Amino acid sequence: MKQSLRATLKRGSFAGVATAGAAALLLAGCGSAPSASSSGSATKSDYTACMVSDSGGFDDKSFNQSGYEGLQAAAKDLNIQEKHVQSKADTDYDPNLRSMVQQGCKLTVTVGFLLGDATKNIATANPNSHFAIIDYSDPTFPKNVKPIVYDTAQASFLAGYLAAGTSKTGKVATFGGLNIPTVSIFMDGFADGVKYYNQKKGKSVQLLGWDKDKQDGTFVGDFKQVDKGKVLTQGFLDQGADVILPVAGPVGAGAGSAILDAKAKGTDAKLIWVDSDGYLTAPAYKSVILTSVQKTMATAVETVIKSDKDGKFDPSPYVGTLDNGGVALAPFHDLDSAVPADMKSDLDQLKKDIISGAVKVESKSSPK
Amino acid sequence: MSESNTPRQANEVESERPETLDDEVVLDVALDTADGAMAPSVIPATSQGGQIPHAASGSVFRQIVTGNAMVSVLSVLLAIVLGGILMAVTNPKVAETAGYFFAQPGDMLTEVFRPYVALVQGSIFNWAAADTAGQLYPITETLTVSTPLILAGLGVALAFRAGLFNIGAQGQIIFGALFGAYVGFTWHLPFLVHLLVVVIAGLVGGAVWGGVVGLLKARTGAHEVIVTIMLNYIANFLLLFLLTTPAFQRKGSTNPISPFLDQSALFPELLGPQFRLHAGFLLAVLATVLVWWLLKRSTLGFEFRAVGANQSAARTAGINVPRAVILVMAIAGALAGLAGIAQVSGTEKYLSGGVAASIGFDAITVALLGRSTPWGTFFAGLLFGAFRAGGVAMQAQTQTPIDIVLVIQSLIVLFIAAPPLVRAIFGLNPRKKTKATGGPGSGTMPSGKIESGAATA
Repeated sequence: MKQSLRATLKRGSFAGVATAGAAALLLAGCGSAPSASSSGSATKSDYTACMVSDSGGFDDKSFNQSGYEGLQAAAKDLNIQEKHVQSKADTDYDPNLRSMVQQGCKLTVTVGFLLGDATKNIATANPNSHFAIIDYSDPTFPKNVKPIVYDTAQASFLAGYLAAGTSKTGKVATFGGLNIPTVSIFMDGFADGVKYYNQKKGKSVQLLGWDKDKQDGTFVGDFKQVDKGKVLTQGFLDQGADVILPVAGPVGAGAGSAILDAKAKGTDAKLIWVDSDGYLTAPAYKSVILTSVQKTMATAVETVIKSDKDGKFDPSPYVGTLDNGGVALAPFHDLDSAVPADMKSDLDQLKKDIISGAVKVESKSSPK
Repeated sequence: MSESNTPRQANEVESERPETLDDEVVLDVALDTADGAMAPSVIPATSQGGQIPHAASGSVFRQIVTGNAMVSVLSVLLAIVLGGILMAVTNPKVAETAGYFFAQPGDMLTEVFRPYVALVQGSIFNWAAADTAGQLYPITETLTVSTPLILAGLGVALAFRAGLFNIGAQGQIIFGALFGAYVGFTWHLPFLVHLLVVVIAGLVGGAVWGGVVGLLKARTGAHEVIVTIMLNYIANFLLLFLLTTPAFQRKGSTNPISPFLDQSALFPELLGPQFRLHAGFLLAVLATVLVWWLLKRSTLGFEFRAVGANQSAARTAGINVPRAVILVMAIAGALAGLAGIAQVSGTEKYLSGGVAASIGFDAITVALLGRSTPWGTFFAGLLFGAFRAGGVAMQAQTQTPIDIVLVIQSLIVLFIAAPPLVRAIFGLNPRKKTKATGGPGSGTMPSGKIESGAATA
């Protein structure tokens, strides 16, 4: 008896909740439907630009994200449709690209060398669709693919020079996600920048984590293991390095948190972010981000989409350099005071010298 | 084999039917109906949990890996419904259209069902496509994507039947792909011969990696779960390492991608170049038949199942248990290795760090959903292939995050691992059922009965 009473009570209270919920829904659902004309007021162009990420995803705080921001900006500024799909694994590239073509995309931007083969295949099979691929170039690409590549070594050369000049311990360090050209190009430029500083100033700042001659160094093994990035960074800090350049996309967050930990314990260290301006994309670490080696992909993507929309697509590669602003050293933001004035003028001069060719920046991985 | 089971079960079994291993289902029905005295339940007795001796004697592991078909189907259904709710709740357009639900109810309902419509369009039939090829593309894509899932799923299922929890399909796929791809791009042989050699290389690669597990288990007693997980890491990092060596890289490139396999090493396309469907799918069908034959008709398969049912009993009956463990793991590995070949010779055509994607782990779910039977695994593989293929279209058309497919898959595993929960949700608990037919007063029955049923299972 008691039990059934309780059951009834339960049922009663449930009914009450249900009634209240239904009433709330009823009230909430009483709005008037938007008329057909008002929803159609923002007439968009039929042009559709699309993007396929690599397995890092659009939230990688790195090159997928930068590319995606470019797509969003293009959609807004040019008033066009956009579609984007994330790839969860290398095996998703082909089907994702196919589905973009089926969705009627005029231009599909693919992000990363991993999509190189898939882009080539699908582009060959669909000669009437246009494609652009970030960070990869292949001389055998068909005429409807535009590579967007970056001579990142130019900007990371500046970062190396800056790191060597601001290091108090005389040791700087770098590590990568995987030993692949788009990563090692950062490390080559960084190593050369440090070397150039040593030559010019007669110092002997040491670089840990990358040997340019052997083309080998410290790597996480992928672009996902943030923990491992933290462990590697702690190792470098223990060895006395005080400026760290992680070239591993989202794994940079691990380096950031290791440096924050060290800072809390009284060790002063700084972080150099890559791809995007970390001060803006990874604000958690903005107190330790000295600068960022930026690849301004958003601008490049928007430019390519715009020229395709205007019917001016051409398959010649877009190469981002210091000269055209495709690669750059980000502002120092909060750590501006940590960079001496003569270092700033050195960097300006160095930038001019690199653009003019007076200082040669060479990497095996540079786009040819 | 029944003589050597636990006494309680042995009594039950001997009085009814001597061949428990082959005819568990028949036995279940017999128990369920009390020899025909009452109407059979929709759910066989084994999967109802509770006090039935036959079910109680099995370990939780066995219950999960060989659960019943109805639970599998209901689990998928529940997962799809929950996934749909999740998508509806997180979709801002649904909230927007809900605001004027009573003015135009169609708008909200369209928004709610749009992702699943796209899922069907992307996995079975695309009625919106311009031509027949476009309309049929989705179903061929489902078959293509399901090929490695079925093959690896069979490997996992076979090991399940021998009582081994094979988490190592991922590593075995990588080894199969590694061996097969290397033979595929370094040797240059005539058509068909080359493909055959590649397939054999893949079988060997997978069998070696699976066999190591069996060997360690049989000789040292090392637990296969730990060993397979560790071997997955080793295989993965070995692959990543090899891809940085010139032997596995393309000429003139330092990217970690292997050269393309020779044309002669690729599975022929079944329906022409605009579809990805390749002859590897036929291989998957063939493998399913072979595994079915192995388990049901061969002495070796009988030994595997005996070892899975009760190792001590199998040993007493004169079965060489270590040999069976090594063999079953080698065969399971070979099947997963074939999945690797389906990748490198079928869809990808080259070797990269992500060649195995998450197939090895999805295969575990596929085998669980298929209740470790060959055909169950085959259809579960098709279902997951459909999810994968449809997920692509769902993402492209409706911009629903692809992760929702992963959520649905995970929910399926969750429900399969908790059959009493599924039965309680659908009101299929045996005792509740008998009460319900008893009279109109059954509606107020305290829910405690269901919980007790769940607790004992």
